[in-house]
Amino acid sequence: MKHAIRISCTRRNLKVVRDFVSDFLTSHALSSLVINQIVLAVDEVVANLIIHGNGEDESQFLDVRVQLQNHEFGIEIEDHNLTSYSPSSYQEPDLQEYVRIGKKGGVGMMLVNRIMDRVEFTTHSTHNLCRLYKKLA
Amino acid sequence: MKITQHATESTLTLSLDGELDASSSVLLDTELSKPEILRNQKVLIDCRQLHYISSAGLGVFISHLQSFQDAGVKLVFFNMQEKVHNVFEILGLDSLMTIVPSEAEAEAI
Repeated sequence: MKHAIRISCTRRNLKVVRDFVSDFLTSHALSSLVINQIVLAVDEVVANLIIHGNGEDESQFLDVRVQLQNHEFGIEIEDHNLTSYSPSSYQEPDLQEYVRIGKKGGVGMMLVNRIMDRVEFTTHSTHNLCRLYKKLA
Repeated sequence: MKITQHATESTLTLSLDGELDASSSVLLDTELSKPEILRNQKVLIDCRQLHYISSAGLGVFISHLQSFQDAGVKLVFFNMQEKVHNVFEILGLDSLMTIVPSEAEAEAI
């Protein structure tokens, strides 16, 4: 079982990461609903890092590492960008307002925060690191 | 993502086949942005072959919902897989959008 992959920063690789996480989780006898939720949360963070953190620069790459320990799924997503990326100012959006103004984006981190138990963004001098955790029954 | 269209006099049905993510949702946005779509009374979204949706796909529907409502166009989802419906539920979008089990129920709205 492969527990780590490296992808270049292009949207085409979103599917690659989804399949990687899904394959890892499928071998741990989880429901398709839970697998889809976790895959979705990872997809949202990876999409943000590719598009907003690294400007879809294909010369940049992300390292993705997964683990399951003591019934807790954990994933690390690391880029190697000197620019910090951390949605620390995140606030739950008002979806009715989003509908009213026709806003297209902004609900990704809402999904991540509602699905995962812990969401951590840390910025270091040469890289950004996101860690997501979810306790599995 | 593949989008197939079926039109009757007052209803346009879009059948979605594949995965709606930050890469593929542009295609759906292009379809829903066409001005002529607002001439329909109903736009039905057949989700039977929609296997995955991320916030980018949801965002496309969120961004067009008000213009549909303003134009009197009903947007109705049907045949939604449980795992896709669950994503709408996590955000509470199932109470802002019309989602029914079957095509017959979608047509009856």
